Amino acid sequence: MELAAAAALGKFIGAGIAAIGAGIAAVGVGNVAANYLAGALRNPSAASSQTATLFIGLAFAEALGIFAFLVALLLMFAA
Amino acid sequence: MATEADGAGTGLVFHPMDQFIVKPLFGDGPVMWYTPTNATLWMMIALLCVVALFVLGTRGRAIIPTRVQSVAEVFYGFIYKMVEDVTGHDGVKYFPWIMTLFLFVFFSNMLALIPKAFAPTSQIAVTAVLGFGVFIAVTVIGFVKNGAAFLGMFWMKDAPLFLRPIIAVIEVISYFVRPVSHSIRLAGNITAGHAVVKVFAAFAGIAVIAPVSILAITAIYALEVLVAVIQAYVFTILTCVYLKDALHPAH
Repeated sequence: MELAAAAALGKFIGAGIAAIGAGIAAVGVGNVAANYLAGALRNPSAASSQTATLFIGLAFAEALGIFAFLVALLLMFAA
Repeated sequence: MATEADGAGTGLVFHPMDQFIVKPLFGDGPVMWYTPTNATLWMMIALLCVVALFVLGTRGRAIIPTRVQSVAEVFYGFIYKMVEDVTGHDGVKYFPWIMTLFLFVFFSNMLALIPKAFAPTSQIAVTAVLGFGVFIAVTVIGFVKNGAAFLGMFWMKDAPLFLRPIIAVIEVISYFVRPVSHSIRLAGNITAGHAVVKVFAAFAGIAVIAPVSILAITAIYALEVLVAVIQAYVFTILTCVYLKDALHPAH
C-alpha cells in the first residue's frame, strides 16, 4: 500500500520535474526571437527574408519543450 | 490535478483532458476504424470548409475576384511563394501536396478553436499519419530523384575524415527522429493550448477569481489563434525543408 502511494506521488513529482524542461525550452525560444530581433534591427532590409528561418528555429526549440510536456502527460495519464 | 473547481455551488467538475477523448457519434459502441467519431466529424467539417473556400469560392474565376476568391488567392499565393522560396524551382511540382497539407492542418486547427469543437490535430494518430506520410514520401522522392546519391546526405564531405562516421550516425538518427518531432510538435502544441484554456475555465467556477480567469481565457484564446496559424505554417515549412533536402541532398 505504501509502495503504491509512493508510486502515485512519484508520478506527479516526475511530471513536475518534466515541466521544468518546458520552461527551459521557453528560454530557448526567447533566445531565438531575441537574436532575430537584434539582427533585424541592425539590418532591417534583410529581416523579412529571414522570417521563415526564424519560424523554423522557433519550431525546433519549441519541439523539445513539447517533448517535456509530453513526458509529463505520459507520467500523469499513461504510466 | 488541481482542476476540480467545485466552488460557489456551480458544481463545475471536469477534467482538462476530457476534451480529447474520441467518442463515437452515435451510441456508445467500441471505436473501430470505420466508426464515425467526433474526430472524423471535425476532419470532415475541415474538408468541407476547404471545398467551400477553394471549389465554390473560386468557381467564378473572375478577373476581379470576389471576396471569397481573394481570400483563396491569398492562401494560394502565400503557400506557392513559400514552396518556391524554400525548395527552389523544381519543388513547385509538389505544390499541390503541400497546399493540401497546409489547408487540412490550418482548418483543423482553426475549427478546433470553436467552443465545444473537437481538435483532430490534437490526436497523435492524426498528426503521425501526416508526419510519417511526409517522411515516407520525402524518402521515396529522394531515392527516386537521386538514387544512391541520396545517402550522401548522411556523409559530410566537408568534415574531417575521422569525424565522418560519427556525424553519419548522428545524421541518420536525426533523420529518423524527424517524423516523430514533426507530428508531436503539432499535436503537442494544440493539446497544450486547449488544455490550458480548460484549466483556466475550471478556475472560472470559483467566484472570487472568476473575472481574472475569464480575462486569462480571453488572452490565452488569442494566443491559441496565433498558435493555430503558426503551427500550420511551421508544419508546412518543415515539409518544404525536408522536401528540399530530398531534392538537393548535397546542400
